[in-house]
Parts: sequence; C-alpha cells; structure tokens
Amino acid sequence: MNIIESIRFIIPEIILLGFALTILISSLFIGRRGHLNVPYGLRMGNLPGLLALAAVVAAALYLPQTQKTNPALFFNMLTGDSFSLFFKEICLFITGIVILISMSYKALNEDTMGEYYFLLLNAGIAMLLAVSSDNLLMIYLSLEMLSLVSYILVAFLKHDPLSSEGALKYFLFGALSTGIMLYGISLVYGLFGTVDLSTISKVMAQGQVNAIAGLILLLLILAGLSFKCSLVPFHMWAPDAYQGAPTAVTAFISAGPKAVGFAVLLRIFTKNFFPLYADWSGLIMIISIFTMTVGNIIAISQDNIKRMLAYSSIAQAGYILIGFVVGTASGMEGVLYYILAYALMNLGAFGCVILVSNFIKSDAIEDYAGLSKRYPAPAFMLTVFLLSLAGVPPLAGFLGKFLVFAAAIQSRFILLAVAGVINSVIAAFYYMRIIKYMYLDEPKVITAGPKQAPLQIALVIIMAGVLIAGLYPAPFLSWIRASQSFFVQ
Amino acid sequence: MNFPILSYIVFLPLAGGLLILFTPKKNITLIKAIATAVTGIGLILSILLLAKFNYASSSMQFEEVLSWIPSINVFYHLGIDGLSVGLIFLTTLLSFLACIGSYGIGTRQKEYFFLYLLLSTGMLGTFCALDLVLFYVLWEIVLVPMYFLIGIWGGARKEYAAIKFFIYTLAGSVFMLLGILALYFTSTPHTFSILELGNTAGALTLGSQILIFIAFYLGFAVKVPVFPFHTWLPDAHVEAPTPISVLLAGVLLKMGGYGFFRISFPLLKDAAHYFVLPFAILGAINIVYGALVAMAQTDFKKMVAYSSVSHMGFVMLGLASMTATGFNGALLEMFNHGIITGGMFFLVGVLYDRAHTRELDKFGGLGVKMPVYAGVLTVFALASLGLPGLSGFISEFMSLLGTYPVFKLITMISVLGLIVTAGYFLYMLQRILLGPLNERWVNILDINKRELFTLIPLLIIVILIGVYPLSALKYQLASISALVQKVGGLPF
Repeated sequence: MNIIESIRFIIPEIILLGFALTILISSLFIGRRGHLNVPYGLRMGNLPGLLALAAVVAAALYLPQTQKTNPALFFNMLTGDSFSLFFKEICLFITGIVILISMSYKALNEDTMGEYYFLLLNAGIAMLLAVSSDNLLMIYLSLEMLSLVSYILVAFLKHDPLSSEGALKYFLFGALSTGIMLYGISLVYGLFGTVDLSTISKVMAQGQVNAIAGLILLLLILAGLSFKCSLVPFHMWAPDAYQGAPTAVTAFISAGPKAVGFAVLLRIFTKNFFPLYADWSGLIMIISIFTMTVGNIIAISQDNIKRMLAYSSIAQAGYILIGFVVGTASGMEGVLYYILAYALMNLGAFGCVILVSNFIKSDAIEDYAGLSKRYPAPAFMLTVFLLSLAGVPPLAGFLGKFLVFAAAIQSRFILLAVAGVINSVIAAFYYMRIIKYMYLDEPKVITAGPKQAPLQIALVIIMAGVLIAGLYPAPFLSWIRASQSFFVQ
Repeated sequence: MNFPILSYIVFLPLAGGLLILFTPKKNITLIKAIATAVTGIGLILSILLLAKFNYASSSMQFEEVLSWIPSINVFYHLGIDGLSVGLIFLTTLLSFLACIGSYGIGTRQKEYFFLYLLLSTGMLGTFCALDLVLFYVLWEIVLVPMYFLIGIWGGARKEYAAIKFFIYTLAGSVFMLLGILALYFTSTPHTFSILELGNTAGALTLGSQILIFIAFYLGFAVKVPVFPFHTWLPDAHVEAPTPISVLLAGVLLKMGGYGFFRISFPLLKDAAHYFVLPFAILGAINIVYGALVAMAQTDFKKMVAYSSVSHMGFVMLGLASMTATGFNGALLEMFNHGIITGGMFFLVGVLYDRAHTRELDKFGGLGVKMPVYAGVLTVFALASLGLPGLSGFISEFMSLLGTYPVFKLITMISVLGLIVTAGYFLYMLQRILLGPLNERWVNILDINKRELFTLIPLLIIVILIGVYPLSALKYQLASISALVQKVGGLPF
C-alpha cells in the first residue's frame, strides 16, 4: 500500500496530534484560572480536559475498519491488522478514562493542565503507533516516545519529592532496559540484515537461527519489554513510580504501557519469532511464576494503597504472562481478555483511590477504615474492583484468570496453573485486607468532599464493563477471536 | 420449557437483594419485609417443587438450558434430581427461617439483608447448577457475602474468623477450578456439562482421574469440612451471628458433601474406588475426633460446631461404603444434619440473646425457668445424638449399616464416636437445664413466639423423618440407585 493510501490508517493519530497541539497552544492563552467565564459551571481548568476527551472520542470514531488482509503501511513500518486494531481500541479507551479521571483529580495544578493533557494525548499517539508497528525500529521509537512522556507525567507533581524520586527511578530503569533492547535489535539486524518483522519471521521459520544467538536475542528484547510490563526482575521501578506519580498518571501507567508492552511481546514473539519463543517457553514460565509470586508476597506488607496496587499489578502481569507462555490460540485469547479486564479493573481501582483521596487526603490503607459508612458508593465500587482483581466470579477478573489457566491446563502446563491458583489465594488476602478496613473497621478520618462528576462517570463506565465482561462475555470473546484470528499459524 | 421454576428459586433472592439496595436505609421494616417475602416465596416454590417432583425417576427434572459463553461451551444449565431436591428444600427452608431469625440484627440492616439474599442465591444455585463453570461461579459467590456476614456482624474475633473462612475456602476451590479445567480438556468433545462428563469422564486413565479427583477433593473437603481442613469451622461458627451459623452448618457444609455426590463420585468412579479407604478413615477420624473435641468444649456454640465436624464424618463414611444403603444414609445425613444442627444453632442463639454468654458452666437449672426451651432443646439434642425415633438416628444408622460389610473395623470405631456424642450432648443438657438454678438467671425469659416459630417446622421434620423415614428417603432412592449403578457400587 502506498503512502497516500496508508494515511487513512493513521487518521486517529493525526487527530490526537492536532488536538494535542491545540490544547498546548490554547492553554497559553485561556488556561489561567478565572480569565474567562464558561457556561454550565464548568471550571476553566476542565477545558483542556474536555478538548482531550473530544480528541479521544474523535480518534475512536475514525479508527479504521477491521481488515480481512493485513495491510502493510509506510513501507512495512506499520500494519493495519485487526490485532493492532484491538489494542488501539483498548489504548484509546484507557486514554479516555484517564482523562476523565484526571479531570476530577485535585492534586494537579489547574494552571498546568494544558501541558498535562498534551502529554497524555502524546502518550496515546505513542501507544497507537507501538501496537501497530511491524518493524523493530518503529517499535523501539514508539515505545521510547511512550516512555519519555510517561517519565514526565510521573514527575508532574514537581514540588513533591516522591514524584521526582519515582520519575527518576522510572527513567533510570527505563533507560537501562530500553538500551538493552536496542542492543538486541542491533543484533537482530546483524543476524538477519533487516529489522522488518515479517521478513525476519520468514527467515526464522526456515530454522536458520543459531540456538545461542536466539537465546541472546530473546533475552535482550525481553528485557526491554519486561520493563514496560513490569515483569520480574525489571519491576523495581514500579512501586516507587506508582506511589510518587499523581494517581491519575499511576492509573495510566499501570494500564496503558502495560497493555502496549504485552501487545508488542505477542507481536514479536508469538507471531513472528515463534520458533525462538517455542524453544524457550520454559524460561518465560519461570519469569511468569516469579513475577506473580514476588508481586503478591510483597504486596501483603504494604501500607500505602498505591504501592500495594503497584505490587498487585506486577502480580497481575504474571498471570497475563501465563497465556503468553502457553502461546496457543486459547492462550492468546486469555491474554487479550485478561488485558481488557485488567485495564478495566485497575483503572477502576485507581479511580476509586482518587475519589477517596479527594475526601480523606490520604493514600494510607489504615485511613480507609470505616470508609463504607461515610462514603458507601466509593467503598462499594472499590470492593467490586478489588474482588475482580482477586478473581472472584462472576467479575471480569475471574474470567481472565479462568481463560489463562484454561490455556495452561490445555497445554499441560500444570505447574504454571498450580502456581497461578496458589498465587491468587495469596493475592486474595491483601485485597480482602482493604475491604476489611473499609467495611469491618470503625471510621477514623471524616471529611466532606467535593462533587466529582467526570470521575464518577468514568467509574460507572468501568463498573459496567467489569460486570458485563464477567457476566456476559460472549461479545467480548468473539471480538477478541476476530482480532487474533490471523495471528495463530 | 414452561415455567422456569429453578431460575425463580435461585434468582428470586438476588432480585430481592437488589430491590433492598434501592430501599431507604432507615426503612428497616420494609427491608425485612422484602427479605422475608422473597425467602418465603422461595420456600413455597420449593414445596411446589417437591410436590411436582417425580421421585420414581432418576433423571434430571425441571431442566433449563441456555447458551452462556458459546466460544468455550459454557451453558446456563440448571436441573435437579433426587440428590439435590432435598437440599434445595433444606436451603429454602433454612433461608426463610434464618431470615426471620435475623430480625434481631441491630445494625446496618440494609447491607445485612442484601448480603444475606446474595448468599441465598449462591447456595441455591450451587445445588441446581449442572454446568461446571456455572457451578463454580455460584459456589464462589457464596464466599463474599459470607465473609462480610461473619466479619461485620460477628463476635469478638470476627475479622480473624472471616478472613480465615475466606482464605481456606478459596484455597480449596481454586484447585477445584483446575480440576474443572482438566475435565474440560480431557473430554471429547470439550464440555463443562456435568451430565455429559458423567458419560465420558469415566474413560480417563486412573492416573488422571486421581489427579482430578484430588483437585476436586481439596475444594469439597474444605467445605465439608474433612479433617484436617476443619479448623476454619469452629472459628467461623462461633463468631458468626446466629442466623448465619444456621446457614453455615445447615447449608454451606452440605455444598461440599453434595460436590462428592454430584461430581467426584459419578464422574471419576475409578478414582473414587481408589480412594474409598482414605474416605472411610477420614470419616471415622471426623466422627471420633469431632466428638472428643466437642466433649471438651465449654462454649455451647463451639460444642455444636465440633458436633458438625463429627456428624459430617457419617457423610464421608457413607460415601466410602460404595453401597446403596451407605449412600442413602450419607445423603439423608446431610439433610438431617442441616435440620438438626440448624435448630441447635437457633437454640444456642436463643440462650445467648438472653444470657450474653455461651459458657456452659455458667448455666444450670434453666429447665425450671424455661420449660418450653428445655423441651425443644432436649428433642434436638436427642435427635443429634442419634436417638431412635428421631431423624438423626435413621441416617447415621444407614450410613453405618452400609459401611459395616465393607469396613468392619472402621465402622466399629465410628460407633464409638456415637457414644461420645451421646456423652457430650447429655452433659450439655445437664449443665444447662438441670442442677441448681444459677442465681444470675432468676429473671431469664422463656423462648418467645418468633423464636418458637423458627424451630417448630424443624421439629416437625425431625420427628416425621424419625418416625417415617420414607417421607424423605423416597425422593432420593431412585437417584441413589442410579448413582450406585454408575459408580459400580453394591446395590444393597
């Protein structure tokens, strides 16, 4: 497909970019508090947010249709396949929800909201590009763009030392792991003479890769992606970055980059480097087990809810990885469904954390004591999201676990499945601990909070998603099946 | 399919619970009325079910099948046979009575009754589900409301008891999930249908049957509870509020036993035969150990809790026999234990509400002050210790009778447990009702009409089954003989 024809596939990215620039420029003039009167009681600070939301909605409307074939765009740099489309939809959904969440997040300074949404939309663009890249260099560039934006977003509370510390750790780990990945890509180029994935996969299918060279390649590229997905041992940045970042950004980096990381992981290994991956699935299995176990065990002793959710999301990545280890069609289906469920419940949990922190001005788990008495709705919603994360049926998180465990049992990865279920019991303990504080204990801190319409809208959407995806998953599953159908050889 | 009666029975409580969510928190009368109405209608429906149930047939009745998740062959499949019909009646009856017993709940009534009704739906659904995924979902739904019901409205160590219950049961049931998945992938064509798996899963090799059996066993044994997985039970029972203890002992424990009857034995019959000896031994341990520990208790409620451990041993023992008599005894024991121990927990609650203590040694001579209570308590205690003429005797006797030809020594040891049981129940009656009146209880009031109303139906059933066992047995005979035939047991 030539360049002119290719352009219609990146209209969403162009829309996001246009809006992002508009927001950035307009915020110079109208972003200041109280300069203009806006009807319906909307505060000025929300205008960039509304623009950003409009951008995401418009981009979603202009997403290309599902393709029967796999169009190669811009000289094979990008692809318009239905797999990328699935992730584009998820990424836009995440971005949209994070924008809604951010509009109610009080810790952000209204004067800098223009920059904030500019960065967020740029992260959206980077995600859309990353999931549709079919070229290692393009993957690297878009992931790096996503990382750079994420570093700035994490550091956005510039007067908060925790925010800066988190961003610095995030940056150092990111720099290291993407450096390693880039080295891996250069080796790929050395071995195959190209960084184009579909060309490489053809060569690889003929079985001409030295086993040692293959292992090195796998490890190097995996290192870069492990950072994005916060897999052990590249997880250490996550707790600090999650805790230090503005909570709305935490919600974003826990869902967005992780989904992208898994999308790229699947595209590179399961689709293109399958022979390489098949030889070393035992290694990835060990990573999966360690990721679950480390995340869950450390999460138990946390006393800050953001930090606890950070470890929980490390553990969740371990579960998702189960489907990737298995590598079959049902494993893929499990991964895709789990990512969808994970994005929903994690965004929901962080949304509730923001809602609550706006009331009680604290993220300490102890301060959640008696929350259900004072704020029944947030407590109830947080309970649903935590139960979903714990994998209690009939919520979305349960079906996600069900599908990945099913894939593992089907391919006789019994050890992996057993590790998975034991981990979900461990995890249940710390999720229930928060619920215990909210419902079983007496309240300590009681303050009145402001109305937060956008956040409540976001939470209601997510809540509906978690319930529907759990109770009536048939449409979601057929959507997933359609998007990965071409993927499995 | 005309009137989907099972769906109504299962989901009516949930509908009532959702209705309660939209009721003002202050309007406690309305909340109670809704809860009573839906559980009452559920009871009426289940009586209708009993009336229309064809007990000559061993096949599934009132079946409802709808596609739920087509891509992995999951169906919304409900149906009952002789194994489940009695338990459904038991559940609706206890749900209704315990709902009336819940009127005394003094705080956060809206949340309480919502969770209570959610619990009810989970329990009823577990007994009706014929699709393993549906079964698992409903099985797990029970956990969450139970956690809150113990954790919020429980006694002094409620938080510990609630999380212990939750983690224990979850730990067991996740392995059951793996077992479910293993059954699915070893069947051709892949299916979660319990009925279809009943025809195909028996063809699996002994090795894989054993693995899957163990996975299910972990799920069910925690619920029953079988020694050594029983330690959550005394904590949960003692801390839970009275109506919840009633449901815990009356219904939740039966979910485990029902699992053996519905899934483990018919689907994995070679493994079941392989494990009969451990089953018998564990059953005997449950009976004797539970009874001895109960004997040592000074807390009334804890004593009844350990008596549950003991009585559930008869279920294990009857299952181990692989005979029709043993199976019939085990299934009937589940029903009888639900009725009797449900009643016992109500009676514990009656006393606790008045005395605010459950220490057996602090009572004495209450028979004079509370004659009606004393009468009812005596009947239930005698039923529980297995006095002929009352329901407990029938099922325990059948259980032992069925097992004796197969495991003579183990049966004899188990009978010793019965002696201990008689001992601790009579000792309990002595400490509470007889002897000199403790001066603290001079003004204690006898059982009131509401409390009596919750006990009378149970009392009638205890006597009815004791005098005329066929009234209950007739519902299960056909299904049990089909089950015995299926697992290759002895038809006597």
